[in-house]
Amino acid sequence: MKQNNNKAHKFGMVIDLDKCTGCGSCMVSCMSENNVPFKEDESNKKDSITWMSVYKLTNGKSFPDTQIVYMPRPCQHCGGKGDHGHSPCVSVCPAVATDYGYDTGIVSQIYTRCFGCRYCMGACPYHARYFNWWDPKWPEGMENYLSPDVSPRMRGVVEKCSFCYHRYQAARDIAYYEGRDDIEEHEYQTACTTACPAGAIVFGDLNNPAHQVHQIVKPDPHPDPRNKHVVGKSRNPKVFRLLERLGTNPKIYYLSEREWVRKAGDNYLDGEWDKIKNYHGATLSND
Amino acid sequence: MSEIENKTENGSTESAGEGTTGDTKDDKGLGLGVIFFIVAFVVCFLSGTLLFPKLLYSKKEQPFNFDHALHVDEAGDCDSCHSFREDGSFTGIPKLDTCLDCHSEEALGETEDEAVFVEEYVLEEKEVPWYVYSRQPDCVFFSHAAHTQTAGMDCVTCHGHIGESTSLKPYEENRITGYSRDIWGKNIFGIKKNSWDRMKMDDCAECHKEETGHKGYCFQCHK
Repeated sequence: MKQNNNKAHKFGMVIDLDKCTGCGSCMVSCMSENNVPFKEDESNKKDSITWMSVYKLTNGKSFPDTQIVYMPRPCQHCGGKGDHGHSPCVSVCPAVATDYGYDTGIVSQIYTRCFGCRYCMGACPYHARYFNWWDPKWPEGMENYLSPDVSPRMRGVVEKCSFCYHRYQAARDIAYYEGRDDIEEHEYQTACTTACPAGAIVFGDLNNPAHQVHQIVKPDPHPDPRNKHVVGKSRNPKVFRLLERLGTNPKIYYLSEREWVRKAGDNYLDGEWDKIKNYHGATLSND
Repeated sequence: MSEIENKTENGSTESAGEGTTGDTKDDKGLGLGVIFFIVAFVVCFLSGTLLFPKLLYSKKEQPFNFDHALHVDEAGDCDSCHSFREDGSFTGIPKLDTCLDCHSEEALGETEDEAVFVEEYVLEEKEVPWYVYSRQPDCVFFSHAAHTQTAGMDCVTCHGHIGESTSLKPYEENRITGYSRDIWGKNIFGIKKNSWDRMKMDDCAECHKEETGHKGYCFQCHK
């Protein structure tokens, strides 16, 4: 039987924080694409669900030196320590309701399997997972506008960003039908990527040097000699990942020209940042 | 002999007598128990196999009978009606438009079923509300293109010899889950003789394991 024996993908994202205006289009497109239920009071953050969430960061300085950055945060699709697929959430799930797809690098969430213990929410360092405290309630007639490609969730289960996996499936369907072995870069793009009016989000295969995301990130294939748990550190001095030193190896990379923004990506003790700020992986390291 | 001795003597004989009668009673009880167990087992077993499926599944008749064999003779292979769209997705049960490629307001044959079809659906321009035996739960993603186009599987492997049937069986719906009985399979014990007998997650995983060496990651079949 013929099978797709191509090299594994590793889908990832670069978000240019200097381009992001904080408009929230990514959040809206994500919710409508993935049948994410909205609540009567969306400002109640203990109840509302946002697979993609935009955070506001400031440099803490007063006028006229104040600077603000908006940081979109989808699920980071962590590869776990050493990038072996032991993501924090996958490791703790007692029901195998979430697993790491070694063929795509995407962390799944299976709603029918989840029984709502919320260990994964506790394990996730990025607050990317959300719990359904209630059954979704759609305004009358709106059920007809739900996407049939994404199953809606019931109360009592956890949900999170899936990198719009149904779009990957749809892209593969065409490829299978046309007898192609693999999909093109433009065929599989997440809803937030296509919705961003500023073009701040770039999505693609981090393993494929032809993809834009690879060209921006230039991921270091070797483990970081300073911390062997970190794999895929960007060799681009402007690119960073959130809480990178934990070794969760997220596939969401952030890009900024500004040093204070890059510093905001992790919690640094006094003096730590100065030692680390010019260190961009073993290959291009200056020290 | 004192009263007390009398009493103890009587008591001991009484107790001995009770002991012997007690033994025979116990044997009787054991025999009855075995019979009761067998009877209860048979009753439970029969109600489990005969009555339980009737309780669990409700039967629904299709809107009218459809003769697959006749259509295969007239129209050709499965894919003359069950085809792919240009985006690689599968059409499944054909819509009225597909039927109207051949059918019209005048009946082609003389069957009562076609008369119902023409009168109630063609003339009314209404889609036929077929019950789909093979419909999977909402959380399942299935790519026909991957299986039939790329892996080269036959329709029969999963759907059985439905193309040779002349009548539609009643649709049986699980009262609890709302799923078709074809997912669990006709056999209430879940015993499977043919590859198309049931279509649960284990059956998908079993074939994936055999053919690709891996059961697949969750998102391969879930959405």
